[in-house]
Amino acid sequence: MVANERRTVDGSTLAAASWGVVFLLVVLLAVPWFMWRSATVAYGLPLWLWWHIGWMALASAVFYVFGRTAWGIGVEP
Amino acid sequence: MNALTLQLGIVGAYLIIALGIGLVAYRTTDRTAEDYYLAGRTLGTVVLLFTTFATLLSAYTFFGGPDTSFALGPEWILVMGTMDGVLFAVLWYVIGYKQWLVGQSGGYVTLGELLGDRFGSTGLRALVAVVSLFWLFPYVMLQQKGAGLAITGLTDGAVPLWVGAGGITLFMILYVVISGMRGVAWTDTMQGVLMLGLVWAAFAWVLSAVGGPGAATAALREANPEYLALGGGAYTPQFVLGTAVYIAFGVTMFPQINQRFFAARSKEVLTRTFALWPVLVLLLFVPAFLLGAWAVGLGVDPGDGSVLPALLREYTPTWFAALVIAGALAAMMSSSDSMLLSGSSYFTRDVYRPLFGAADREALLARGGVALFATASFVASLVAEGTLVQIGNTAFGGFAQLALPVVVALYWTGTTRLGMYAGVLVPQVFYLASVFVPAVPETYLGWPAAVVGMLLGAALTIAVSTVTTPGVREDTSVLSGSRAD
Repeated sequence: MVANERRTVDGSTLAAASWGVVFLLVVLLAVPWFMWRSATVAYGLPLWLWWHIGWMALASAVFYVFGRTAWGIGVEP
Repeated sequence: MNALTLQLGIVGAYLIIALGIGLVAYRTTDRTAEDYYLAGRTLGTVVLLFTTFATLLSAYTFFGGPDTSFALGPEWILVMGTMDGVLFAVLWYVIGYKQWLVGQSGGYVTLGELLGDRFGSTGLRALVAVVSLFWLFPYVMLQQKGAGLAITGLTDGAVPLWVGAGGITLFMILYVVISGMRGVAWTDTMQGVLMLGLVWAAFAWVLSAVGGPGAATAALREANPEYLALGGGAYTPQFVLGTAVYIAFGVTMFPQINQRFFAARSKEVLTRTFALWPVLVLLLFVPAFLLGAWAVGLGVDPGDGSVLPALLREYTPTWFAALVIAGALAAMMSSSDSMLLSGSSYFTRDVYRPLFGAADREALLARGGVALFATASFVASLVAEGTLVQIGNTAFGGFAQLALPVVVALYWTGTTRLGMYAGVLVPQVFYLASVFVPAVPETYLGWPAAVVGMLLGAALTIAVSTVTTPGVREDTSVLSGSRAD
């Protein structure tokens, strides 16, 4: 049982799980929950909107890096 | 030149250009179903990016999105950004790339075909197609009605609804019959680039007229300070996250989107599209939806119509407002033509073929399917009331019910045919009941019924699969992407 578990938790499973966590964070933090009810305005727009704009740019960068280095993980047999 | 002549001129010019592109596409299309439906699996990065976007949300960027922002507040940018920009991108990988791999090795054109082969079940294949068509048909109908209404509005009632909607329908039949996926994708790309330019021009124009974003936001604070605070009103955390989740999953099961997963030229195309997706969504939604929210502070009154056209009429020259409205009409058509094409493929391959056998000339039958589908939804758009309209309006939630059983089937070899039947059918019944039966609630602890139904579908697929044994014709090797076909 223990040996079995060790065999399945190999490098690719770990990498897939790590990317899964990264993707989950990218999705969940696209909305700045910690600014809930905040109405602060900066440079003409609500601050929470600036966060979202920055986060989407970051998401694109993360997806780009994923595409270059880890594409296929968890999906290709 | 008056606005009406200009608007009709712009619509006319768009139609002629689209037909021209369709004819070029026709000349480069083989007479096979795969080429007609999937452009021979050759779409490149830019074309795939824009055709997916245009198919999905083009008219919505001009009308529905800014209207929701106007009515509920600018947080809609977050809902749609999370939904379309990041969550859909992740699903693009998890569902889309997997389907692409399997489609490459097995030569699949529709999702139903793939699942039917995997589970050795013509019944499941037909069920997936029928469920999809059930939600797609009224949705197309609403597009035709919307386009008809836009033309009626454009001409101040000189062109009655049935002539407007009928004319658009006829044009779409002609166009889709000629061009197939290749032409549809090319016009989508042209239209997507045009749209990006129009949205930013409108944004710059309105802002320069009102004195910049600072002034526009200050006016919004004056009119409704609540709109600047994140959350509140309709926006509860459950609504924000729940809506983003079920729309994103629903989108992946819309036939015209799902089919595009099969149409990419290469792995690299999918990789690049994946990374570009959040940026494209940001570039289109932020300016368009902000204009919708700012309109509240600028005292724009849309009356019965949409807020963005009303805002543009007030702050930009007539010709520009006309150009945007005509562009939006074109956008509506570009969504509908893709849906017709995909709807026809689901019908001819997954419903007709199992009943009557493979057609001798499938590409011809496919074109007949397009004409039939478009005519039927046009007739429905003239007579439909209540129920059919309601189905069209709740289509995203309906498609979302398919998504998780499909994900389970794509990744877990223990999935069985009976598990799929349970996971597909029961959530459909539950979701329909939440829409139509008053006794069944629409939210559960604040979460939309569509999200609850999705979880139910996943749980049922897994549970029933665990307690049933696979049939003899079930074949997990279909999904390994290594089948020699």
